[in-house]
Amino acid sequence: MVELNLTKGYWLFIALYLVVPQVSADLKYNMPVGVTEVSHAVHSLHMTIFWICVAIAVIVFGVMFWSIFHHRKSRGAKAAQFHENTLVEIIWTLIPLVILVAMAVPATATLIKMYDTSDADVDIQITGYQWKWHYKYVNDDIEFFSTLSTPADQIKNEAPKDTNYLLEVDQPLVLPVGKKVRFLVTSNDVIHSWWVPDLAVKRDAIPGFINEAWTKIERSGTYRGQCAELCGKDHGFMPIVVEAKSEQEYSAWVANKQAEKEAAKQAAAASATKEWSHDELMAEGEKVYARICAACHQPTGMGIPSVFPALKGSPVATGNVQEHINIVLHGRPGTAMQAFAQQLSTTELAAVITYERNAWDNNTGDTVLPQAIQAVLDKQ
Amino acid sequence: MDVASEHSTDHDAHHGPAKGFTRWVYTTNHKDIGTMYLWLAFAMFLIGGSMAMVIRAELFQPGLQLVQPGFFNQMTTMHGLIMVFGAVMPAFVGLANWLIPMMIGAPDMALPRMNNLSFWILPFAFGLLLLTLFMDGGGPNFGWTFYAPLSTQYAPPSVTFFIFSIHLMGLSSIMGAINVIATIINMRAPGMTLMKMPLFVWTWLITAFLLLAAMPVLAGVVTMMLMDINFGTSYFSAAGGGDPVLFQHLFWFFGHPEVYIMILPAFGIISHIVPAFSRKRLFGYSSMVYATASIAILSFMVWAHHMFTVGLPLAGELFFMYATMMIAVPTGVKVFNWISTMFRGSLTLETPMLFAIAFIVLFTIGGFSGLMLAISPADFQYQDTYFVVAHFHYVLVPGAIFSIIAAAYFWLPKWCGRMYDEKLGKIHFWWSFVGLNLTFFPMHFVGLAGMPRRIPDYALQFADFNMISSIGAFIFGTAQLFFLYIVVKCILTGEKAPACPWEGAEGLEWTLPSPAPYHSFTVPPKFED
Repeated sequence: MVELNLTKGYWLFIALYLVVPQVSADLKYNMPVGVTEVSHAVHSLHMTIFWICVAIAVIVFGVMFWSIFHHRKSRGAKAAQFHENTLVEIIWTLIPLVILVAMAVPATATLIKMYDTSDADVDIQITGYQWKWHYKYVNDDIEFFSTLSTPADQIKNEAPKDTNYLLEVDQPLVLPVGKKVRFLVTSNDVIHSWWVPDLAVKRDAIPGFINEAWTKIERSGTYRGQCAELCGKDHGFMPIVVEAKSEQEYSAWVANKQAEKEAAKQAAAASATKEWSHDELMAEGEKVYARICAACHQPTGMGIPSVFPALKGSPVATGNVQEHINIVLHGRPGTAMQAFAQQLSTTELAAVITYERNAWDNNTGDTVLPQAIQAVLDKQ
Repeated sequence: MDVASEHSTDHDAHHGPAKGFTRWVYTTNHKDIGTMYLWLAFAMFLIGGSMAMVIRAELFQPGLQLVQPGFFNQMTTMHGLIMVFGAVMPAFVGLANWLIPMMIGAPDMALPRMNNLSFWILPFAFGLLLLTLFMDGGGPNFGWTFYAPLSTQYAPPSVTFFIFSIHLMGLSSIMGAINVIATIINMRAPGMTLMKMPLFVWTWLITAFLLLAAMPVLAGVVTMMLMDINFGTSYFSAAGGGDPVLFQHLFWFFGHPEVYIMILPAFGIISHIVPAFSRKRLFGYSSMVYATASIAILSFMVWAHHMFTVGLPLAGELFFMYATMMIAVPTGVKVFNWISTMFRGSLTLETPMLFAIAFIVLFTIGGFSGLMLAISPADFQYQDTYFVVAHFHYVLVPGAIFSIIAAAYFWLPKWCGRMYDEKLGKIHFWWSFVGLNLTFFPMHFVGLAGMPRRIPDYALQFADFNMISSIGAFIFGTAQLFFLYIVVKCILTGEKAPACPWEGAEGLEWTLPSPAPYHSFTVPPKFED
């Protein structure tokens, strides 16, 4: 009975440990080789240490299973009397030590390379927010937020899921191929971690501190990653998308982005002076609210009790307008409420505040115009 | 040992257990307290386990089905806290209570009243912790590692209750550790020198020192959180001149010894069971002791390997990589010794031995992934992925928990005087073994493929292996209900057990009748090696 059980279990065990990795190799269930020199080095370290472990496992478990089969009482095995051997103990202390030293040498070399952030061609400042990433091209004066673009109905299983479900963003980080890019990673609120497996870059984004990392991408393409440090409710919903472009395409993208920025500035100026009607602001505000505010305050305006305050019927959204504007512009320090003065245009701010003051039966009838926001900003 | 011999003869035999409810509230008896610890641990194991079931049910398919992300985070946090502080640690203290006095030939623990207190703190601590789930804003949702500032500025209001509950657990652990040390140092039978102590006693002695050193650090770090949250300090807030990374250094200075607190007693248990069912003395006793001590010392020098991505300086990164790799050496020695014990023995495979063999194999697999994680450049890819989840579940589930189950089967006849049903025990083993590997082995692959941990929803390429993991988890979970049935059946209707039901078992505990008398050794036994 015992023996039968064990034999069956043994084959199951062998099957599990041999077949599963085979299947998974085809499905790419291993660490990606990646597209940088560092990611290749990391992958080869990973495979080396993996095969060392496999070799040790075969020897050690081999001896063990051999004695489990052959030194069985039911097979008439009589126990030997030995229970000590200093020489053997010394040998099996030294051999692992030698293997470890052999492993430490290439690991050290790779690590030193990873830490060399000098002589970068492009500097990108990455800032983690709850729950989106902000990218700033330090040398080119471009900056933007990058948020999840998977629609909510896919997450709620009300629509079929796209191929890149949860791994798609509205604005990817665009990087040049063949240039050394330095990342300056920090955070606005809690600790996040910026990770793109194909680049073998993972760096924690820590509020108040700046971490450095770098990459030099070899091939153009789209590389996806995710936030790797638990950062609150929507930690699973702040992906990273890197688009690597050839040098010419990258320069074109930068030029285009700067032109866009100029155009947006003019449009913002135009819209700031435009006479907005209440209904136009409400329509615009609803969009901004869904994109920016609903993650915490919820689409219903009800918030989450004791975590994210409700806006429906709240003293802020139904009380003094100036107070409401101040909180949206400058946030509430020490809470998850961010300062949106730099994140949104005056029109967007005016629209969303108008929306919050009138949606969900708040019905204050107030209309906040972009000019009012501009006036507050000018005062400071 | 003199204490035992002077006092035990005259006033001992005439009082047995009190009757009724007060027996358990007022008891100072190491067996009663051990029993309560073990049942509490088992209850917590089922509660923490049901939280794991919620997690695996949500992760069965991509998309949000059962729970919202906020509640999902509470489940992962509470699952970790309950399993670490509520299941594994109290189970080991329960085993220490039951076994240490019997193994060293003492009548009881050295500090029986403190023993009572250290147990009775725990139900309140865990009651408090579980109550936070029903408070406004929900329970702790910042992961069992509760990194600041997520756990301070951004925490739900219940965090203060969480801090108090951690303080209580720490108090209980420290008192338990003091008791173990006092008992082992003072109450051994005449002739039992330190280097003749049973290995479970040795590993627990070392564990107790780890607890004494580590738990105050945890208490300190949660107190600093309390100050940041309620009294306006800025230990962990850069805006006030503090440093969020300081939290991680302090937490892991506690946290890494903590993981050895959860595995060293397991090493001790396996070092009893393997020789017993191999009918051969443990190979390399003294090297086992030295290896355990080396692991304990190294455990205080490797904490920052949990923080390879926080931006340590290169020199720090290298130091912690080398120090972590060193741990493989003494751990390897232990595995080699167990296998040499089996080699040319006369083996039978009763349930405790099956669990012990599975422990050796699967714990070693967890050790291998640990070695991979130690390689700092590769860790940049592994950190905070399911590869890490696979790693620590391999060392904790078939490691710590299998050793506890093995110990339960092995010593149950001594505890209740009855044998468990061997056939059911074997079914429980294979049921657990299959479930556990189905659950945790695929996690290696999804982790390497890039799935971060602590996410309630995932990209489509991770779907198939997540489904396998979830099925495995349900299999493993139900197997533990079956374990409950086996234990209850054994206590109520098991066959009567002889003093030593195992042919190859050695140690003073087997010289006592089964079930063991209320006061273990009223006269110090003669200890002969």
